[in-house]
Amino acid sequence: MGAKVITITSGKGGVGKTTTTANLGVALARLGKKTVVIDADIGLRNLDVVMGLENRIVYDLVDVVEGRCRLRQAMIKHKQFPDLYLIPAAQTRDKTSVSPADMIHITDKLRSDFDFIIIDSPAGIERGFRNAVAPADEVLIVTNPEVSAVRDADRIVGLLEAEHKNPGKLILNRLKPAMVKKGEMLSADDVVDILALEIIGIVPEDDHVIPASNSGIPVTLNENSHAGVAFRNIARRLTGEDVALMDLETNSGFFQRLAKFFGGR
Amino acid sequence: MTDDIVSIKGIKDGLLIALSPTEDWQSITRELATKIDEKLAFFKGARVTVNVGERPVPKYDLTSLKALLERRALTLIVVQSSSATTIESAHALDLRANVPQDSRQQKNDLDDDLHDALPIDSEEHGTVGVMIKRTLRSGRTIHSRGHVIVFGDVNPGAKIIATGDIIIWGKLRGMVHAGAEGDTSAVICALDMSPNQLRIADLIATAPSDKRHKVNPEVASVRDEQIVVETWG
Repeated sequence: MGAKVITITSGKGGVGKTTTTANLGVALARLGKKTVVIDADIGLRNLDVVMGLENRIVYDLVDVVEGRCRLRQAMIKHKQFPDLYLIPAAQTRDKTSVSPADMIHITDKLRSDFDFIIIDSPAGIERGFRNAVAPADEVLIVTNPEVSAVRDADRIVGLLEAEHKNPGKLILNRLKPAMVKKGEMLSADDVVDILALEIIGIVPEDDHVIPASNSGIPVTLNENSHAGVAFRNIARRLTGEDVALMDLETNSGFFQRLAKFFGGR
Repeated sequence: MTDDIVSIKGIKDGLLIALSPTEDWQSITRELATKIDEKLAFFKGARVTVNVGERPVPKYDLTSLKALLERRALTLIVVQSSSATTIESAHALDLRANVPQDSRQQKNDLDDDLHDALPIDSEEHGTVGVMIKRTLRSGRTIHSRGHVIVFGDVNPGAKIIATGDIIIWGKLRGMVHAGAEGDTSAVICALDMSPNQLRIADLIATAPSDKRHKVNPEVASVRDEQIVVETWG
């Protein structure tokens, strides 16, 4: 028994990796799971901001790697959930300050004390990506329903194959059912057609997300938010619970097709 | 062939470039540059594994080798050597490094003509090709001296360059180049033909941008100096 290490990545920037990491961290903690989230985006840290923990940072990931502090000292306890911790990235250094071996070493030290370790990967496919993916038991690929994001996600799957990792599961973020219905946005089917991956969650576009990130209170804590519910459902699926994909009433047809897709697997 | 100071061979992951462990480094890099430049279009974009045998390569030499390849749009990914110095240089440059399982074996493999390696003596005299039994995703490039058969899809952003024919048992949505060394009799077949771009020999065609195209097997070939695509079978 030990923690499951889950890396959130995407290739393309701005598709919602950090938002996803923060929300899954909070949602898992809410389900009573002991969880650590690690910001692997060294030099461009912001997971701490989205989680509202920026002003508590004393030590960071690079301090741990370079031996300036003990691992426990860099772990920031969440204000609301005592079972949730954040290990922030360094803001002043770059990705080469940490190696894939360092990441494996750190997660191995945490495994026995936690249920989930969630790593927020930086955009891109270089060193930062490799650091984030090295210790992963499971990779969640965040993408948006647009061609460029899907193309980058495809590249990521190819790189995971080359690293002999599992192909990963897909989080389709910022979907607008109304636009899909009009044929102006890729549907979940279109995305699955290219990527041939299992979808673990579809998160609808939601105006609550940005204010939630700005205020440091992840949107999944907002009971009125569709995106919040979607993230909560993903967290439940990660714990092994069987949760049906959310019904976004405006396009039930396409979700039925999706359900069929899962049924057929 | 055994006296070659530079040998270039297509492998699963791209190109394997074996450099003589004894020859003077200057002449090796010069020879390598010449060899690549001769077939620049063919090699372009490939991921490269370099095998330097037991030669200790200092970091600055490896840096210039990497730059030489990069100037020709090749990416150095893996360095193989039995020298600790070379492995260290490779790590310093953030490259993957490994010791070839058996350097001698490797050398023999390089010299082997592909025909000799075929275990089954067929009555039918065919030509040589590679079979790839998975989907090629964005960023993947396959180079082959011979035919290429893909049992899977070729996604947008993936690329196949072959001197012979290309057959895709799946959806073709990437870029493929058949007859890359000028063979205009080469063909490209796919169960669902919707590529970014098709090339046969020196000819280039882009797919018509009509959105709802029929999904049926099609074949592309050269007729009257033009690439034509028609129903297959």
